[in-house]
Amino acid sequence: MDKNNALIDLNGIIKTYHVGTVDVHALRGVDLLIQNKEYISIMGPSGSGKSTLMNIIGCLDTPTSGIYKLESELVHEMDDNKLAEIRNRKIGFVFQTFNLLPRASALHNVELPLIYSGVSSSERRLRAEEALEKVGLSDRKDHKPNELSGGQRQRVAIARALVNRPSLILADEPTGNLDSKTGEEIMEIFGRLNKAGNTIILVTHERYVAENANRIVHIHDGNIAKDEILVRN
Amino acid sequence: MISFLIKLWENILIALRALAENKMRSVLTTVGIIIGVLTVVSVASIIAGLNAGFSDQISNLGSNTLYIQKYPWVAKGDWEEYRNRPNITMREVEYIQKNLQVDALVAPSTATRRELKYKDDSLKDIIIRSATINTPQIDAITVDNGRFFTHHEINHKQNKVVIGFEIKDKLFKEIDPIGKKIRIGNTSFTVIGVLEKRGSIFGHSLDSEVYIPVESLFKNFGFHRSIDIVIKINDITKVNQIKDKLQFLMRVVRKLKPNEKNNFSLNQQEMLMETYNNLTNGLYTAAMGIGALSLLVGGIGIMNIMLVSVAERKREIGIRKALGATRGIISFQFIVESIIICSLGGLIAIFFSFLLSLVIDKITPFPSTVPLWSVLMGLGFSSFVGIFFGIYPAMKAARMEPIECLHFE
Ligand SMILES: Nc1ncnc2c1ncn2[C@@H]1O[C@H](COP(=O)(O)OP(=O)(O)O)[C@@H](O)[C@H]1O
Ligand SMILES: [Mg+2]
Repeated sequence: MDKNNALIDLNGIIKTYHVGTVDVHALRGVDLLIQNKEYISIMGPSGSGKSTLMNIIGCLDTPTSGIYKLESELVHEMDDNKLAEIRNRKIGFVFQTFNLLPRASALHNVELPLIYSGVSSSERRLRAEEALEKVGLSDRKDHKPNELSGGQRQRVAIARALVNRPSLILADEPTGNLDSKTGEEIMEIFGRLNKAGNTIILVTHERYVAENANRIVHIHDGNIAKDEILVRN
Repeated sequence: MISFLIKLWENILIALRALAENKMRSVLTTVGIIIGVLTVVSVASIIAGLNAGFSDQISNLGSNTLYIQKYPWVAKGDWEEYRNRPNITMREVEYIQKNLQVDALVAPSTATRRELKYKDDSLKDIIIRSATINTPQIDAITVDNGRFFTHHEINHKQNKVVIGFEIKDKLFKEIDPIGKKIRIGNTSFTVIGVLEKRGSIFGHSLDSEVYIPVESLFKNFGFHRSIDIVIKINDITKVNQIKDKLQFLMRVVRKLKPNEKNNFSLNQQEMLMETYNNLTNGLYTAAMGIGALSLLVGGIGIMNIMLVSVAERKREIGIRKALGATRGIISFQFIVESIIICSLGGLIAIFFSFLLSLVIDKITPFPSTVPLWSVLMGLGFSSFVGIFFGIYPAMKAARMEPIECLHFE
């Protein structure tokens, strides 16, 4: 694999939580290369460290030790403001619990990343509407999250992740709170987005969800157990 | 700069959203701020009103006028002592007039209240003032129609009268009053002049007074009264020198021994001014104290509510951080929110100040206005409280770890 042009280059990533006097080893030295436009699943049982890894990749959390390069930039050396900028411009997050602002409209939720990158309000509106259109929610833009179904909420979250044209989209168990049919619809959107050129990293503990991707990284007890390339026909 | 303005605007919108969601709580929190700002602004406008109504009128008395009187304007001793002082007599007035020998006008001044009658019309309780030849200059009055008293009329205690503008309007209407006879009490007086309009002081119209020769007043309405001696000085730089001389002359004419206290008072506008200033300064200080205390209490309330708000909205903070909000933006958002709550309180308070001022203006004789500077000060104070007490909660919000916030339920 091409290490120089890698989108993500993780090297010996260790994350240890200290809970009281006990050390919890969430990640025990993860090495991982991810290229642009990949669609990759991180799969493993509950508690294996998937979310921890995801949060580190998404710059929401910092590793205890190890080197993380995102587009050749050393993330672990960045200060707080730089990390905020990376999260804003390079990363789009999709959470299991949606994490929408409950009292804001779908449109406003989608606009948020653009607010933080200083886009003018007229352009913001345009781009947010465009993003909502991509996930098929144009007709729900003025609805508040509690007026939307779970699947619709997750689509708002995906629109929000897309809107600032990030380098990668991270989705942590995006179908975990949805019924299987709605989950499938969401997975379809991710498939479409990847075909359109978006890099997607998906966390799941279910094989059939993971199989939507082109590559599955199996994680076990804080270690990568297997890196599996899926061959499509 | 532009992007800063956009951010500011966005934050104001975000803050307004958050406040709208917690209307009741926001209003309750602002009570302290409202009380604080209301106190400060109201007292400021009351004093502004007093200044317009009172201070100006005091200064109308003129800083170049001295009064020798039985009673002091600002009492420092007990009233028993003052009451036991001898009355000031015409003999003393004349002694001062003869011996002062400086460039000053001296006149006795006394007054009584009597009923005025012309044919079937009568006016009750009209102030009858004493006049001498110097009175027009000292009281700053001019005759509009007719003339003032001559030396002869004054010296011969003639029953003649110069009437105020309103008296003429009420008793004579369209008739020319000159030469007509009116009754003051039980005595008939001939009108020889009508004064020009003078206006009013503390709601009392100066135009509803009349003047008669001083001796005529004694003769008709009784000798047993203390006279004020009014001294109008032309050269203001000599005030202190003249005061000393007046005191000396009064002590001489009253044959006071060196160890005896003055048994008269030398009054001057300055004394009233001083008392007035002490009073308003006291009011200001009290208002500032109450205002500051309420603002402090209000500020602590704001801080508390903001801390609760930060704790409750941990997840929101996490979401915003995950989407790229920096620490600066997060703290800015909460500071703006805090400022808006406080300024809202300030605005409500200013609204009530205007109401209060309107009420005072209507039901008291003092004009009351809300001065612009007090409005600005009120808004300034409340914004300052918003910033000051918003900083700690805002910093707290800004420092939270995004991942921890997102795990918050
Ligand atoms: N904030 C935390 N403090 C302490 N332990 C944590 C924390 N977050 C995760 N862990 C622990 O780290 C391990 C990995 O957690 P996580 O990455 O959430 O697993 P997964 O997402 O695969 O279910 C678990 O044992 C979990 O209990
Ligand atoms: Mg997880």
